[in-house]
Amino acid sequence: MNNLFVYLETENGVVAEVSLELLTKGRSLANELGCRLEAIVAGVNTDAVAKQVIQYGVDVLHIFDDERLYPYTTLPHTSILVELFKKEQPQICLMGATIIGRDLGPRVSSALGSGLTADCTSLEIGDHEEKKANKVYENLLYQIRPAFGGSIVAWIINPDCRPQMATVREGVMKKEILDKNYKGEIIVHDVNEYVSESDFVVSVIDRHIEVSKVNIKDSPIIVAGGYGVGSKENFDLLYKLANVLGAEVGASRAAVDAGFAEADRQIGQTGVTVRPKLYIACGISGQIQHIAGMQESSLIISINNDPNAPINAIADYVINGDVETVVPKLIKYYRQNSK
Amino acid sequence: MAFNIIVLAKQVPDTRNVGKDAMKADGTVNRGALPAIFNPEDLNALEQALSVKDKYPKSKITLLTMGPGRAAEILREGLYRGADDGVLLTDRAFAGADTLATSYALAMAVKKIGNYDLIFSGRQAIDGDTAQVGPQVAEKLGIPQITYSEAIENIGKDKISIKRRLDNGVEIVEASYPVLVTVNGTSEPCRPRNAKALQKYKHAKTITERQADSSDYIDLYSSRPFLNLTEWSVEDVNADKVQCGLSGSPTKVKKIQNIVFQVKESKVLSDSDTDMEELIKELIANHTIG
Ligand SMILES: Cc1cc2nc3c(=O)[nH]c(=O)nc-3n(C[C@H](O)[C@H](O)[C@H](O)COP(=O)(O)OP(=O)(O)OC[C@H]3O[C@@H](n4cnc5c(N)ncnc54)[C@H](O)[C@@H]3O)c2cc1C
Ligand SMILES: Nc1ncnc2c1ncn2[C@@H]1O[C@H](COP(=O)(O)O)[C@@H](O)[C@H]1O
Repeated sequence: MNNLFVYLETENGVVAEVSLELLTKGRSLANELGCRLEAIVAGVNTDAVAKQVIQYGVDVLHIFDDERLYPYTTLPHTSILVELFKKEQPQICLMGATIIGRDLGPRVSSALGSGLTADCTSLEIGDHEEKKANKVYENLLYQIRPAFGGSIVAWIINPDCRPQMATVREGVMKKEILDKNYKGEIIVHDVNEYVSESDFVVSVIDRHIEVSKVNIKDSPIIVAGGYGVGSKENFDLLYKLANVLGAEVGASRAAVDAGFAEADRQIGQTGVTVRPKLYIACGISGQIQHIAGMQESSLIISINNDPNAPINAIADYVINGDVETVVPKLIKYYRQNSK
Repeated sequence: MAFNIIVLAKQVPDTRNVGKDAMKADGTVNRGALPAIFNPEDLNALEQALSVKDKYPKSKITLLTMGPGRAAEILREGLYRGADDGVLLTDRAFAGADTLATSYALAMAVKKIGNYDLIFSGRQAIDGDTAQVGPQVAEKLGIPQITYSEAIENIGKDKISIKRRLDNGVEIVEASYPVLVTVNGTSEPCRPRNAKALQKYKHAKTITERQADSSDYIDLYSSRPFLNLTEWSVEDVNADKVQCGLSGSPTKVKKIQNIVFQVKESKVLSDSDTDMEELIKELIANHTIG
C-alpha cells in the first residue's frame, strides 16, 4: 500500500524511454520515502516487459495483457488505473508527458479527484507546514516546474489528495539501470475484472506510426533559433550552419509559434530536453521555460543583439551581433579552418 | 439532422508576446501589459464545430467560457465567427481554480446547457500548456474523449470519425455521441469574422456589462434577445462551492522562487571577422566541432 507507481508506455512490446527514465527517478524517490516502486503495463506482447524494467529497481510489476488494450485508447486504460489505484492507494503516480500520458493522466486524476501537475522539470520529496491549520504534512512530492512569468519556478504540492500525480517529458530525467539481477514480483491481472464493455466505444480504425525524422535529443551539436531569427527564410541560415557542423536545428517556442520551425524542434519545458556538447542559441532571449530544456549543455554560445539577454548569463561565449551577420561568418570560417 | 455542440474556450494572456516590454524590473511578467486573447487552439476547436454546422446547418454551437467578466470578449468574438450562443461562467468562488476545479465547474455548466452531442475544446491553453481540462471535463461527464484532433474525417447520424495527430504519426478513431474532442493547433485555422454576424452581435452583452453601461439600450435587449449573453454563477449551475476555485483545487503552490542562474564567466565577442575566426579556431582546437 501507499507505494510509488509508474505507468509504462509500450509500442510493440518495447518500453518507452520516458518510462524507463521515470523508473530511475521513481526508484530514488521511493528509497527516500521508504516505499516500493511499482510499475503498470497495459497492452499486448507484455512478456518481455519484465526483463526490460525490473532491472531499474521495480519491486512489483502489474501486467494487464489483452488484445483490446492495444493500440491505446483512453477508457480501458483509465479504468485499469482507477480500479487498481482504488485498491492499492498509491501515494505517487508518475507518467510521461507524452501523447498517451497527457490523454490518460487528466482522465485518471479527474476520476480520483487528485491533483495532476504537467511537465515537471524536477521532482523532490519534502515537508509542508500549513500554518493556519497548524498542520504538518510530511514527505510530500514537490512537483517543480517553471511558472508563467519571468525566471520563476513553482513548487506544487497536493497535500490532501492521493495519488500525487505528475507528468514529465522525455529526456528530463536520466535513466540508469540499477541492478541487472534485481528481483521484482510480477502480478498478471485478469483484465475483465477492471474493464467493462462500455470502455470500448472508441475504436481505432487506422493507424500510421512513423519514426520521427527529427532527432534533436541525441545530436551532439544543436543550432537553435528563436524569435530573433526573424523569419522562416532566415532559419535557412541555421540549417546551413547545422549542415556544415553536422548538427541538428532546434527552436524556441516563440519561433515555433511564429511558424519559423516545426513543433518537433521545440526545446524547453514543453518541448524536448537536450544535453548536447555544443548549443548555439541564435536570437533566443532565454526565458526559464527554454532554459529548462538546455541548461545542461556542455558549452553554450549565444548570438544576440541585446547584450543583456538573459541567456547570456549562462553562455560560455556571448556574441553581440545580429544572427544574419554572425551565422554566415561562422559558416565561412568553419569552412576555411576545418580539415 | 442537427447537432448540439458546445465549444470550451478560454481567454488567456498572450504569452507569445512576452517580450522585453512585458517584463517587470524584478524579472516577472507584467500580465497587465499582455493583451488578453482567445486561446489559439480554442479557435481551431471552434472551426471544427463550425465545419459540422456547415454540413448540418440546423446545428447549434454554444460557446462556454469560465473567467472574469471581461472574458465575455471572446464570446462575442466567437459569435462574430459563426457561433450561435455564448455562456460566461463567472463568480468569485471560481477564482484560483486549478485544472480539476475548472473542469468541475465547466462540467456543471455543460450539464446545465444539457442535451449535447459534441463538445470541442482546444488541446491546451497557452498560459499553462497543461492540456488537462478537456479530458477532465469528459471524465466528469462520463463521456468518451478524442484528443489531438487534426480533422473530422466523417460525421454521420450515429458516429463521428476523427483524424488524430500523434507525435510520430496519425490515427483515425471512431466514436458515438456524446463525445468530447480536443483540437490541435495544426488543424484548419478558424475562419475570420463574418460581417453580418459582426453587425448582428456588436451589442451582445452579459447582464453585468449591461449594468455597467450607462447608455440606454434596454429596449434593444428586450426586442433582440440574442444580444443577451448568458451569465452564470456557482448557484446557477448547481455547483458545490467547496469543489470550486481554490478550495476545490487539490494542487497548491507551495512557493515560487526566482531562479538566479549560475552566471558563467562568459567570453564576450563582437561580430567582427577576427573574433569570429578566432572562435571557430578555438572550437576546432578543443574538438568541440570538426
Ligand atoms: C506554459 C509555457 C510553456 C513554455 N514552454 C516553452 C518551451 O518549451 N520552450 C521555449 O522555448 N519556450 C517556452 N515558453 C515560452 C517562453 O516563455 C518564451 O516566451 C520563449 O522561450 C521566448 O522565445 P525567444 O527567446 O525565441 O523569443 P524572445 O523572447 O522574443 O527573444 C528574442 C531574442 O532575439 C534577440 N534578437 C532580436 N533580433 C535579433 C537579431 N537580428 N539577431 C540576434 N538576436 C536578435 C532579442 O534581443 C531577444 O533576446 C513557454 C511559455 C509558457 C507560458
Ligand atoms: N476557464 C476555461 N473556460 C473554458 N474553457 C477552458 C477553460 N480552461 C480550459 N478550457 C478548455 O480546456 C482546454 C485545455 O486547457 P488547459 O488544460 O488549461 O491547457 C482549453 O484549450 C479550453 O478549450
